[in-house]
Order: sequence, then structure tokens, then C-alpha cells
Amino acid sequence: MRGLAFVALILWAGLARAADFEERQVFDAPEATQTLRVLSSTDTDSFAPVLTGFIAQNPSVSIDYAVAGSADIVDIIAQCGDCFDVVISSAMDLQLKLANDGLARRLPDVDPSAGSQWRQSLFGFTHEPATIVLNRAAFAGRPMPKTRQELIEALRADPEFFRGKVGTYDVRLSGLGYLFATQDARTSETYWRLMEVFGSLGALLYCCSGAMIDDLAQGDLFVAYNVLGSYAATRPETREKVTIITPTDFATTMMRTVLVLDTTSQAEAATNLVRYLTSGIWAETDRPGYPLPAIGVTEVPPPAGVVTLEPGLLVYLDALKRSLFLGAWSSALEQ
Amino acid sequence: MNAKPRSLRRRLTLTLIGGAAVLAILFYMVIRLYAQQIAQQSQDRILEASVTSLLDAAVVRDGQIELDVPYAAFAMLDTPADDRVFYAIYQDQTLLSGYAGLEGATAQTRRTPAFSTRDFAGAQVRVATVTQTLPANPRPVSLTISVAQTRDSLAGTLLTISINAAVFGGAFFLLAAGMALWTSASTLRPLRQIAESVARRGPSDLRPVTRTVPTELSPLVSSLNALMTRLNLSLTQSETFIAEAAHRVRTPLATVRSHAEVTLMRVDKDENRQALRAMIRAIDESSRAAGQLLDHAMVTFRRDQLERQDIDLVAICSDIVDRLTPVADMMDLDLMLVDQGPVPVKADPILIQNAVRNLVDNALKYSPPDKVVRIIVACDPDPTITVTDQGIGFPDDQIDMLSNRFQRGNNVKDTVGSGLGLTIAQDVAEAHGGHLELKNLKGGGACAVLHLSH
Ligand SMILES: Nc1ncnc2c1ncn2[C@@H]1O[C@H](COP(=O)(O)OP(=O)(O)OP(=O)(O)O)[C@@H](O)[C@H]1O
Ligand SMILES: [Mg+2]
Repeated sequence: MRGLAFVALILWAGLARAADFEERQVFDAPEATQTLRVLSSTDTDSFAPVLTGFIAQNPSVSIDYAVAGSADIVDIIAQCGDCFDVVISSAMDLQLKLANDGLARRLPDVDPSAGSQWRQSLFGFTHEPATIVLNRAAFAGRPMPKTRQELIEALRADPEFFRGKVGTYDVRLSGLGYLFATQDARTSETYWRLMEVFGSLGALLYCCSGAMIDDLAQGDLFVAYNVLGSYAATRPETREKVTIITPTDFATTMMRTVLVLDTTSQAEAATNLVRYLTSGIWAETDRPGYPLPAIGVTEVPPPAGVVTLEPGLLVYLDALKRSLFLGAWSSALEQ
Repeated sequence: MNAKPRSLRRRLTLTLIGGAAVLAILFYMVIRLYAQQIAQQSQDRILEASVTSLLDAAVVRDGQIELDVPYAAFAMLDTPADDRVFYAIYQDQTLLSGYAGLEGATAQTRRTPAFSTRDFAGAQVRVATVTQTLPANPRPVSLTISVAQTRDSLAGTLLTISINAAVFGGAFFLLAAGMALWTSASTLRPLRQIAESVARRGPSDLRPVTRTVPTELSPLVSSLNALMTRLNLSLTQSETFIAEAAHRVRTPLATVRSHAEVTLMRVDKDENRQALRAMIRAIDESSRAAGQLLDHAMVTFRRDQLERQDIDLVAICSDIVDRLTPVADMMDLDLMLVDQGPVPVKADPILIQNAVRNLVDNALKYSPPDKVVRIIVACDPDPTITVTDQGIGFPDDQIDMLSNRFQRGNNVKDTVGSGLGLTIAQDVAEAHGGHLELKNLKGGGACAVLHLSH
């Protein structure tokens, strides 16, 4: 009886959460004896090859893969701590906070390079730079900006042409956008001047990289700032229409991180998944130009602008700091 | 009641090693305590810097605190062990941001942080808290900031230091223990050397110890020297006393005997002659007894101060044969020495001589004329001197008690004697680690064997 009630409770919990998830899909393993529940901010299409690669190596582990926004992930975990085993997110700061708050399990068996882990409980497994993506047609005959400063000059030179044709993340909605924005602001004042120019041009604000790249490809956008370039590079339909520029002044580079929740009852399978992700095997075996560049596979040594996993990341999550930052950001963009 | 003797060296060694152990443990604990304080202080300094940088970043706008958290405030809390970081910012009693329940707001102003250690979020954390009043309209506001950090890195540092301290403490202890052994051995070496040099001396070597000794030992050595001087004196006195006593007793007896003999020649009355003969015999008995008693005393005395020399038993025996041959001739006895080359032993020649003389004396006394008395010196495996005769032999029923003091056999008839001869022989044998064996030969005759050891 109690078991049945328990199952019912889980079903109910699952249904109740269903609304929060953007996608949810189970990847069945051939000899499945257990199902690992993964909550991720990476869309299913991009991550499916990695998951099937893992299942090929671990045929007894099925994966229940749920996708949610990086900010939503924090809420979901807060409401139901034991609904998932593994959390994967691009918002390094939010992930670090989960680990800092004691929700992540220490995995002493995992041995990644020291720079890409924190407390042996949060592990980075990709290096993904924020890029400027330009509509190739719009920039025909114009000089391609290589830095933020050159981009500012290009926009100022022809404001009427670019009005309403520039876009970036809405940092109030996107955890990754917020991370990129705060790290940019920390690195250089140029960010604020760029945002002021964006504001004066009536910039469009987006929730995600995907939507920005779609609009770029269709010509609704000429310039998108702080986009994950790898997304644009792998979409065959957009590849010829856009130019991806990794700024040469500095390139804020994010690590996708994975952690195992402390409440998990499948620590071994979860640890195996973390080991698989940090090994980078999935990037070597899978198709070239795969959207997720594994650490150490695409660039050795790691790029200079990589955001490090350290307590400093907690700073921009502080309520006072966040409201000050968002205030400044809004007043820059909404003139 | 004798207490169990205790080794001075062991006591010294144990005391020194014990002291070293106490010092090593003390060293370890002091280092640990000190390291703990230093590590705690350095963590406190960083927490203080963090909390101060937060305090400095606070401004009041329209009665509301605005705090632009500096990136460094948390970044500086990065540690090798990736310690977790918590913080709380209060305006008056209201939590503005951070972790609820970390530390409550306090009313009193404190610019230098108060530190405390407590449990938070499942870990032990060190908390630094400051409270400051900021001027504002319409009334000043109180700002309380707490920053906390787990103590993993601290624990790691402490562990490393503890291990190092333990290794150093252990090494120190081993070194000190080694030195303790060496020290106690070398401190007591003079004492052992004196003991050895005294033990190596011969029994009659009673010269004072003259080697230079540590000042602590000089009272012992000087009392030892005084004791030896006194001992030497009393020994010399005893020896002279014995010789003197023998002389004093025998001389008057000899005088009396010669008078009695002269008188015997003059008197004719048979009963008077009888009485005189009895008198002479009693004098002989007394003289013999006095001689044997003094010999026995001498043997007893020398036995305690046994002076072993390298001697040849054959030489000693042939000397005795030479001296007693006239006596044997008078009794028509043949005295023979049987030997197979020299038998060297370490023994007191005077004692051996005395014992053999007594045995030969018995053989001559108790065997009838025209017989042979043999002295056989052998060495297989222990040196022995056997004296045999062809007389009546020891009385079988008394053979076990003959060597008791003053014990004479029932076969003595009117032979003069005191019953001390075999006692002397036996004492001499025992003084040299051997024994006296008495038996009768199959073909008749007594056989006394003086067993000695090398
Ligand atoms: N060679 C021997 N033959 C027979 N009896 C012996 C012989 N030697 C010793 N005895 C017996 O052993 C006894 C003890 O001998 P021991 O030499 O001790 O005394 P002693 O000869 O009587 O007196 P003294 O002290 O004058 O020698 C003797 O009295 C004698 O009876
Ligand atoms: Mg005798």
C-alpha cells in the first residue's frame, strides 16, 4: 500500500513539475536496470548525442532528461530536492551556489584537471566562448568588427541602419545571459558603453541563443551580442548566413558544469556520467563541429577568458548586487 | 628483608627517555596549538578583510541601504580546499540579502569584527560579524554584516602541520632516547671500571684504588680504600696470630714431653713408668690436636681468601714424598709416587700440601709394616690425587662420617690422632671446587681420592 502511495506521489510530483520543463525525454538503455534523472539547461537536441554515447558505454542506465531554464533549475531543486540525480547547467554561478549551499555531493573518484572543478563536487566539462554573431549580408561591404570597441564604432557610424536590428540576452530572464553580462562588466567598462549604444538602437532582448540565431539567419537581426557561437556554427541552415566573431579584446568563456545532487540514491551511475562528461570522450567520438566543445579538446591551453569556479561567482547572485546591476543594465538599455 | 636491587643505569635511562617523551609530546602539542592559533588568525584576517570591504561598499539612499558587493569580497575567500562561503546583510533587524539564520543582527556598534565558530548548513563555519550605524534621514540605520567560511582548508593545513610536528617530535624523541642510552652508559662507565679493576685483583691484593675517579665517586672509593686498609691489617694480624699460637702451644708441650721422657728413663717403678707413658701419650695427643686445630684454622682462613697459583700437583707430591720418606722408612713402609707427567692446576699450594700430607699421614699411621703406600697423581678429566695403602681400610660402617670434625674410626686402637685430618683434606678439596672420596680397595687397604677442579 505504502509503495503504491509512494509511486502515486512521485507521479504527482512529476506531473506537477511537468509544466516547468521545456522538454522531457527518456533515453532508454538496452539493459536498463535503473534510470538516472538529469535536469539540464541544454536542449535535448544538442545533448542527445552525448547521452546516447553514455548509454552505449553504460547499457544498464536509462536517462530521464528534463530541460529547464538555468534560473528555473534552482527553483525546481529548491522545491523538490530528490526529484533529480544530476544537474547540468550553463549558469556557472547558480551551479556554484547549489554546491556552496551543500546540495552537491562530493565525488572523490572523479579526477578532472584542477581548474575545472570546485570542491570536487562541481565539474566543468565544456569551454564555450560568448561571441558576436553578425548577419553576413548586412555587413557586406562594411568592415567586420573584431572587438567590442570596433562594434561600437560600426553601430555609431550608421545608427539608422542598425536601429532595431541589434539583439542580446535579456539578462533578467536568462541565467547564462546574466553570467555573461556580469563577467563582461567585471572585465571592462566597454560593456556598458556597448549596452548604451544597444539601448539607443532599441535593442531586442532574447531568452536564448537559439532564438537570436534564428532571427539573424532570417535577417531580422544584424548583430547579436553574447551568443554561444557554437550553436550558430553547427546549424547547417544558418551557417552560410552568419559570421561568428570571437572578440579579440577579451572573450568571456563559460563552462557547462555538472553536479550530482546529494540526495541521489544512484550515486555510482551519476558518478559514471560525470566521469564520462569530464573525460571529453564524447567530443572525440561524435561528429565534428559538435555544438558543445569539450574542455581540452578544442583548445589547449584553456582560453584566457574562462570564468573560473570560485566563490566570487556568488557576488552577482547577491540580491542587493543583482538589483543594482539590473538597475544599471536596464537604464543603459531602456533609454 | 632485602629489597630487589634496582639498576642505576636503567633508572637513569628510563628517567631520561621519559623526559624526552614528555618533551616530545609537549613539543607536538605546543606546535599544534600554535599552528591552530596561527591558522585561525589567518582565516580571521581574511574574513575581516572581506567583511570590511562589504562594510565600506555600503551607502544609504533614501533611508535604504545599498550595497554594491565588491567582487573581491568573496573572491578573496577562495581557498585550496574550496571552502564554502556564507554571508548575511541586515538593515536593522531585516535581512537584506544572504543566508537567513547565519547570524542575528546585534544592536551594539562594532567596527572590528566579532568572531565565532558554529555549525551552519551542515558544516562548521567561522563567522565574522560587524555592526555599524550609518547616518541617514530621518534616523540613522544600523548595518550588520556577517561573512562565514567553512574550515576545510584550515583543517587541511592543521593536519599537514600536525603530521609534520608528529614526525619532528618522533625524530626528536628517537634522538633523545639514543642520547639517553649513551649518556647513562658513559656516566656509569667509571663506576663499572672501578668495579672491574677491583674484581680483577687477587684475593690478597688489598692496595688502595689510585685511579682518578669522578668527584661523585671519590667518597665511595675513599671509604673502599679505608675498608681495605683495615681488612689488610686484620688479615695480617690473624695470620701472625695463628703462627704465634701454634708456636706458643707446641713449644711448652715439647719441653714438657722431653722432661717426661728424661724422667721415664730415671724411674724404675713399673706403675710410675706406666703413668709417665700415659702422660707422654696425652702430651702427644694434645700436641697433635693443637697442630691439627691450627692447621684446620689456617685452612679455613685461607679457604676464604683462596689464592690460586699455577702449580704442578706432581711437583708438590714429590716434595711430600721426599719429606715423609724418612718417616716411612722408620715404619718399614714403602712410599711411592705414581704419575704420568706434570699436572698443572690453579690452586693454593699450601692447602694442597696440607691435604695430601694428612692423607699420607693416615696411610702411614694405619697400615702395618712392609707394605706399600702409593700417591697417584692423575688428570682425567679433573685433576686427582689418590693415596692408597694396604692396611685394614676404613671401617665400612663409619666411612660416611669419617670426614666430620673430630670423628675418629673404631679401628684406631692406640694410634694418636685428633680426627681432623680428613676434615682438613675435605675442606681443601671443596675450597678448590672438588670433593674428597673415601673407599676401600678390593684386595684390602684404604683409598682416599682428593678431587680438584681446574
Ligand atoms: N688409611 C687409613 N686406614 C684405615 N683407617 C683410616 C685411614 N685413614 C683414616 N682412617 C680412619 O679414619 C679416621 C679419621 O681419620 P683422620 O685423619 O680424620 O683422623 P686421625 O687420623 O684419627 O687423627 P689426625 O687428625 O691426627 O689425623 C681415623 O681415626 C681412622 O679410624
Ligand atoms: Mg689422620
